[in-house]
Amino acid sequence: MSREITITALKYNPSDADSQPTFETYTLEETPGMTLYIALTKIKATIDHDLSSDFVCRAGICGACGMVVNGKPSLACKTLTSSFPEGKIDLLPLPTFPLIKDLSVDTGSWMQKMNIRVNSWIVANEPTDISKIEKRISPDVADEVFELDRCIECGLCVASCSTSLMKEDFVGAVGLSRIARFSIDPYDSRTDEDFYELIGDDDGIFGCMSLLACEDHCPKELPLQTKIAYMRRKMVMV
Amino acid sequence: MQVRYTDALIIGGGLAGLRSAIASSKKGLDTIVLSLVPVKRSHSAAAQGGMQASLGNTIMGEGDNEDIHFEDTVKGSDWGCDQDVARMFVNTAPKAIRELASWGVPWNRIRKGDRDVVINAEPTTITEKEEAHGLINARDFGGTKKWRTCYTADATGHTMLYAVTNEAMKNNVQIEDKKEAISLISKDGQCFGAIVRDLKNGDLIAYVAKGTLIATGGYGRIYKQSTNATICKGTGHAIALEAGASMGNMEAIQFHPTPIVPSGILLTEGCRGDGGILRDKDGYRFMPDYEPEKKDLASRDVVSRRMLEHIKKGKGVPSPYGDHLWLDISILGREHIEKNLRDVRDISMTFNGIDPADEGKKGWMPVLPMQHYSMGGIRTTPKGESIDLKGLFSCGESACWDLHGFNRLGGNSVSETVVAGMIVGNYFSDYCTQTDISINTKVIHDALEKQQNYLLALLQKEGTESIYDIKDEMRIIMQNKVGIFRNGKDLAQAVEELKVLLQKSRNISIKNKNTHLNPELEEAYKVPMMLKVALCVAKGARDRTESRGAHYREDYLKRDDENWLKRTLSSWLHEDDLEPTLRYEPLDIMKMEMPPAFRGYGRKGFIIENPLSQKRQEEVDAIIKAHTGDRYALQEKLMPYTLQACYKSKNQRLGDEDE
Repeated sequence: MSREITITALKYNPSDADSQPTFETYTLEETPGMTLYIALTKIKATIDHDLSSDFVCRAGICGACGMVVNGKPSLACKTLTSSFPEGKIDLLPLPTFPLIKDLSVDTGSWMQKMNIRVNSWIVANEPTDISKIEKRISPDVADEVFELDRCIECGLCVASCSTSLMKEDFVGAVGLSRIARFSIDPYDSRTDEDFYELIGDDDGIFGCMSLLACEDHCPKELPLQTKIAYMRRKMVMV
Repeated sequence: MQVRYTDALIIGGGLAGLRSAIASSKKGLDTIVLSLVPVKRSHSAAAQGGMQASLGNTIMGEGDNEDIHFEDTVKGSDWGCDQDVARMFVNTAPKAIRELASWGVPWNRIRKGDRDVVINAEPTTITEKEEAHGLINARDFGGTKKWRTCYTADATGHTMLYAVTNEAMKNNVQIEDKKEAISLISKDGQCFGAIVRDLKNGDLIAYVAKGTLIATGGYGRIYKQSTNATICKGTGHAIALEAGASMGNMEAIQFHPTPIVPSGILLTEGCRGDGGILRDKDGYRFMPDYEPEKKDLASRDVVSRRMLEHIKKGKGVPSPYGDHLWLDISILGREHIEKNLRDVRDISMTFNGIDPADEGKKGWMPVLPMQHYSMGGIRTTPKGESIDLKGLFSCGESACWDLHGFNRLGGNSVSETVVAGMIVGNYFSDYCTQTDISINTKVIHDALEKQQNYLLALLQKEGTESIYDIKDEMRIIMQNKVGIFRNGKDLAQAVEELKVLLQKSRNISIKNKNTHLNPELEEAYKVPMMLKVALCVAKGARDRTESRGAHYREDYLKRDDENWLKRTLSSWLHEDDLEPTLRYEPLDIMKMEMPPAFRGYGRKGFIIENPLSQKRQEEVDAIIKAHTGDRYALQEKLMPYTLQACYKSKNQRLGDEDE
């Protein structure tokens, strides 16, 4: 049994002087198992060739398709149209990130800047001889690092974050969880003092106001609340 | 005219491109990586199950080494691969995985003592050795003799891609996303960089480089049903083809047995590697009937065909999307699934509302083979350089150097991306270091202007065809006529129909006249590129009158070593051509370390033997018999190959001296 659904999306091209922000509403027939990826692909091919959005993996893995769906930052590809009983869906681009056009935002530049800002990579004192047997790591520690390495940099935490809206350079839950991740990686030789240099300020761990919408919206269900609290306590003690 | 000069230009920001960029940046070269999307969103991230490397740490991988990995890879390829390349690969893979560990990939580690696993659908207990505790673990995958696939749950590609991207940023690689190379700059058989479109503002920029490397992944999106991400359109292949580079074995397309129906999202081979099984409409486990030895874990080409064979016997499960089969991992237990197959569970629950950890039929996931991987690609030497175009390199899925022949083993692809990034990346940076180019600015200007004019002409077209319809038709033709089971009649039709579509694509009209941020314009220049790639696939398949690996001809059931032990090379000779020109490159049996034989799975007795196979086997046997010394020396005698010293060194394993 299929029904008609209506999808309303912001249309705006900030690089075009003639463009004005408007809302465009599309009506289409819902198909079984329809996701917003399927719906928007159909709209783009048949109704509005001009609508821009970002989809890559369409499987909830790559983090490209964050948008605000009926007021909630979500991954569009993982959102089923059937989860809205009224059949009305409003789409807005993610806030905080520069708007490219319509539903497409520039998360790439933001994430690259953040990654460089927090030195989001392993810093090791000793070189690794790759022809020798690898360093032994406790299976539990490896699991713990993996848990935090599951972040897909979709930016939903940043788009949900009040501090991010006010402070342009705030590294967000994504940046803080990166540091939490490297701080427990046995291959990384940095100390808490080193991490303090990176995030021990108002753009880092002390900028967070603990409103924690980041945790509510994280599609990978990362333990952001616990990890931010943990890092803050550590950084206070440095 | 916007021109940027660099030493090393890398097109494609997945694992292969980024690992190559690290190699080049470490040599002090100015290195730029261009990517359609933020690089951490590249399709490498979607690799789930793992990466093959013969560490031999787990008890189920004990005794594993390069020789066994080599043998599995060659058999998997149905003897289509370049055995020199396979040797380079297997020797570097353990180094790659250890390097990745040091860059932050949190590989699953071995816990000493007893562990409950499922083998051949039976609960079993294995005991890991004390001395292996804390070393990198491995799981079972199809077509392998040992448990060799190292993993981080079912998000292996993700953790690898993040580690490699982070390392690239640390090494000052300049990463530019939302940039698309739309043609190469070439003159007199040499490549000088690319004309690049900035997808944020539509600007065209000429990137002039000493060396250019294409690492743009596969071309699965030419099919209607594919596990590939939306960006895997083969445009990297198309720009190389248009600049005069040859493609190798484009007809070698892999169909993965277990994408979920109907979305086509992949469920990793790790599902079956960890003990999951395929069932039919009666709940019956059918694979052992077809493949008594490898059962559900024969190579992907074989399992996919057996599944369709079983469906043809009326054993499929009817659904609105056609018949499918079931993948049952519920037998692995909830704890295992929620830890090691977490993304699979998430996908199944989100897109199908099925919790695969639920016991019994309730937890079975609907699956059907779909396009998954492109074995073919830009034909290169073992060093990664195009055989036609100087200064153009390629590695990873976009290349055909040729590790996979006619079928790739699961776990060998992410492994290849990084290994090739190490090896080819090094050769590429050597080239960029040693090469100085001199190019007239007029050549750059002309190349840029040509693209500018082309895009403007597209916008002004007032034809009758719709680019969206053309794309849909192409994807349906590929799906129905160039799929898992192929025959001469359908393939010939496919070629003709695709030619018509290519012709039609020159007679379109575009409603949206903006030069930038115009999705319709992007379709208009991409679809003709995809059609050229599709034509290479279809024509290569039409003319290859044998069955080898994933290329299966119902009208030529045998692997024909007598006539077809050769690589298809396709090239696009003239801009206005409607189809590629094919030629062939023979494989030399007399130089093979492993002459052609039966794979050990798939149909028996379906080989047209080449007399040289037996002759070479006798030679090999005699060398082995006369050999004294270790396996490394024997390998050198059988098939000496060239590899950078840092990668050719021995890989230490548990029990080796000087641990």
